[in-house]
Amino acid sequence: MLQGIAFYLLAATAVVSGLLVVTARNPVHSVLWLILAFFSAAGLFVLLGAEFLAMLLVVVYVGAVAVLFLFVVMMLDVDFLKLREGYAKYLPIGGVVAAVLLAEMIVVSSAVIQGGATAGLTGPGAPDPDMSNVEAIGRVLYTDYIYFFQAAGIVLLIAMIGAITLTLRHKPHIKRQNIADQVNRSAAKAMEIKSVQTGQGVTPEELL
Amino acid sequence: MDIGLIHYLTVAAALFTIGVFGIFVNRKNVIIILMSIELILLAVNINFVAFSTYLNDISGQIMAMFVLTVAAAEAAVGLAILVTFFRNRGDIAVDDASVMKG
Repeated sequence: MLQGIAFYLLAATAVVSGLLVVTARNPVHSVLWLILAFFSAAGLFVLLGAEFLAMLLVVVYVGAVAVLFLFVVMMLDVDFLKLREGYAKYLPIGGVVAAVLLAEMIVVSSAVIQGGATAGLTGPGAPDPDMSNVEAIGRVLYTDYIYFFQAAGIVLLIAMIGAITLTLRHKPHIKRQNIADQVNRSAAKAMEIKSVQTGQGVTPEELL
Repeated sequence: MDIGLIHYLTVAAALFTIGVFGIFVNRKNVIIILMSIELILLAVNINFVAFSTYLNDISGQIMAMFVLTVAAAEAAVGLAILVTFFRNRGDIAVDDASVMKG
């Protein structure tokens, strides 16, 4: 009973906030609705018994990705109203495609479940019921899926390098520290002894 | 109020549809398009986790984790491209970015 209430509450929140993400006028509001959608989805994951993924969703999405979105949206100085031109123009075709997609997916999943494709099926990786979700994931992730895990790390590394290379910019008129130059500098290169005649002084040109 | 696999699949289908719809109607605003892609990947994750639970196989959750990884990487690179694009053109209207169109 309580599980049903929790499910419908979280599902309704997720779907409504998802809808508001794509219809909100202000992109900042969109990002905030996106955070709510991810949070509700994390609640659904908890209901499904996937606590680890739920926490991962909150930490990675709400904590990192959504904040990154918020940062970019607020940093870019763009006239967002101009970007909404054509919203009404694409509404019919978008609605038709969306309706067809939704109908197809509901028909397919209902048919699969009516056919009993999932009844009593136990996969090869069935977790021990005594194990916690985190332990079950850890046992599989670091053994059977170790190469995938490493590849995921490489994907993240490449994404990090790519993002830094894309956004890093050296401004030409700013003095930066060049450590190699500093280390290579010796007294012989840095100093010069001028013999100055008494009473004549030195002009600035001579110093250079 | 018995919650079964079909309920979770329906939520995932609805979120996926909203994501596709968002890409269609927000053709000019690339930030909303990126957010729609995140919604689509979230729907995929809900499907993975729901099937993982109902088929009693933990592999689905592992796959959902990898989807999460790729989604995070995609968001980071996408937003970096967006920032560079904005610096170069002073605007983020994607339909102007048709230089590479064949």
